[in-house]
Amino acid sequence: MQPFTTLTGIAAPLPQPNVDTDKIIPARFLKTILRTGLGKNLFDTLRYRPDGSENPDFILNREPYRKAEILIAGPNFGCGSSREHAPWALLDFGIRCVIAPDFADIFFNNCFKNGILPIKLPQEVCDALLADAELGANARLTVDLERQVVVRPNGEEIRFEVDPFRKHCLLNGLDDIGQTMAHAPKIDAFETRRRAEQPWL
Amino acid sequence: MAETRPRTLFDKIWDSHVVERLPDGTCLLYIDRHLVHEVTSPQAFEGLRMAGRQVRRPDATFAVADHNVPTSDRSAGIAEPESRIQVETLEKNVAEFGVPYFPLLDARQGIVHIVGPEQGISQPGMTIVCGDSHTSTHGALGALAFGIGTSEVEHVLATQTLLQKPAKNMLVRVDGALPLGCTAKDIILAIIGRIGTAGGTGHVIEYAGEAIRALDMAGRMTICNMSIEGGARAGLIAPDETTFAYIKGRPHAPKGEAWDRAVAWWKSLPSDEGASYDTTIVINAPDIVPLVTWGTSPEDVVPVTGAVPDPANESSEARRAAKQRMLDYMGLTPGQRMQDIAVDVVFIGSCTNGRIEDIRAAAAVAKGRKVVSGVRAMVVPGSGLVKEAAEAEGLDKVLIEAGFEWREAGCSMCLGMNPDQLKPGQRCASTSNRNFEGRQGPGGRTHLMSPAMAAAAAVTGRLTDVRELAR
Repeated sequence: MQPFTTLTGIAAPLPQPNVDTDKIIPARFLKTILRTGLGKNLFDTLRYRPDGSENPDFILNREPYRKAEILIAGPNFGCGSSREHAPWALLDFGIRCVIAPDFADIFFNNCFKNGILPIKLPQEVCDALLADAELGANARLTVDLERQVVVRPNGEEIRFEVDPFRKHCLLNGLDDIGQTMAHAPKIDAFETRRRAEQPWL
Repeated sequence: MAETRPRTLFDKIWDSHVVERLPDGTCLLYIDRHLVHEVTSPQAFEGLRMAGRQVRRPDATFAVADHNVPTSDRSAGIAEPESRIQVETLEKNVAEFGVPYFPLLDARQGIVHIVGPEQGISQPGMTIVCGDSHTSTHGALGALAFGIGTSEVEHVLATQTLLQKPAKNMLVRVDGALPLGCTAKDIILAIIGRIGTAGGTGHVIEYAGEAIRALDMAGRMTICNMSIEGGARAGLIAPDETTFAYIKGRPHAPKGEAWDRAVAWWKSLPSDEGASYDTTIVINAPDIVPLVTWGTSPEDVVPVTGAVPDPANESSEARRAAKQRMLDYMGLTPGQRMQDIAVDVVFIGSCTNGRIEDIRAAAAVAKGRKVVSGVRAMVVPGSGLVKEAAEAEGLDKVLIEAGFEWREAGCSMCLGMNPDQLKPGQRCASTSNRNFEGRQGPGGRTHLMSPAMAAAAAVTGRLTDVRELAR
């Protein structure tokens, strides 16, 4: 996993509420056996017309947002299916950070596993960042994970919270499995006790 | 240290699965059963292979293909190349890693969340995960069951554990008796309508109360299944005699002395008197009426006897705009009577409502009636064994006689990864769980409802109050 330290990039506004993972990446694109290549179908039904041409009204089809690395989203972003294809599609497009008032639990988890930082900020703060994101070429934010701040184009710093363990993993690009393997003796002991006490499990 | 604080069902299952508590409160949680399907597992197995890792407990892992499988005759295999590759990849992976698998032509094949309980794999007090958000279904047995992403699938395959923080406890109590014509589906739609699609975020929901106790296991599974539509990763119902009777004798259920020990433990699991919940919601079952959705979020519920709501009544400009967008997508106008809405397709099936009890309910409405000309109505059993059971009862004949298609088991039109998809603009009365834009096919329009209500829509050609047909 690519570490996440500091990111400075274009922020795209996508304020609609309840953007579900079917909208982020529709089910018909889940037939891949790879993690990569999903970026072209990110937000497919919003991004393309039925004939396959680009919808010029959709934010990610407009300059400079084609190069967006940050998404300012609405409440309950990522609700619905557990598909990790949703963060994979965001990552493949180039988005490394999503800021929203709140997120669905499974999507929120999945982001951290892929080097994407999801940041929860109150609606009024998101509204200010949405206004920043409307600034076109000047819609540049900096996200500093070490210091836990989002820096607005006007220089104002906004503090955000992040789980310390997840922060550590993101900063260092750590794979959880390797870390859990270090607890193998504890898992062995748990299983041994289980087999004696509750053998049907 | 003795635990004296009254604990919830969730607390008890959680506490009994903690392998290690890390300093920041994150727990390494032991996972008892891992269900695997073809869509969210290929990258996880590939990860194991690249790291030279094994599946830690193949005996606690079960795989089945369900999302991509055709529901027409499949003796010739899967025609669609990408779907075929995904199923073949699963078959290759389960063979390489020694994971038990129910092949496509095995009667035990079906939707993973139908198969788990049906085989007795899912049991009270267990932790159960699957790379699928509707894993919450298994909570009906009193198991802590939740959906995970593919990275976590790989983590469980390799370590049989997950790193998790405890969820908050929410109690949803449904008091009183459910009126005639209403089902578990109406209860859960009523709950989601009340708490909203993010109402359960960060929580595990425990469903309790007289109306929940009165439900059979199929109804309980319908309720827990849609916990995720209310934002909760898991739903739970305390195990009781209904649960034990359901599990007893199933292929993977404990046998002999182990059964007695298991039941004794299961009886200790229900929440203690005085256990506290972070949030409590009370619903009065006698007030529930048959419900349908009108919009593109599962919280957009309305009585079938009601009308399409007016976005002008919304509290904020953002909400007005969102609701108007839904109306435009759904092709509806404010004030339009729900029962005047004509349907093109009826889909009865899915992990929400694909069990034998659901098919019986649909057949009871279909019996002696005909699907309206021009409506395509399909019934997709949740597993091969559900299909066999329905055929043994003659339900297939009733449904076919009425003009329904009787198909093979799979996820089918719930999410349209196989050829069963809506065409743009088509409107569907569906027993599935999500009415998201494009969920059942690009441009498709979904109204969620119970199996009896979906069958009623098939025989009238419009959304219909099933209580009218019963008169």
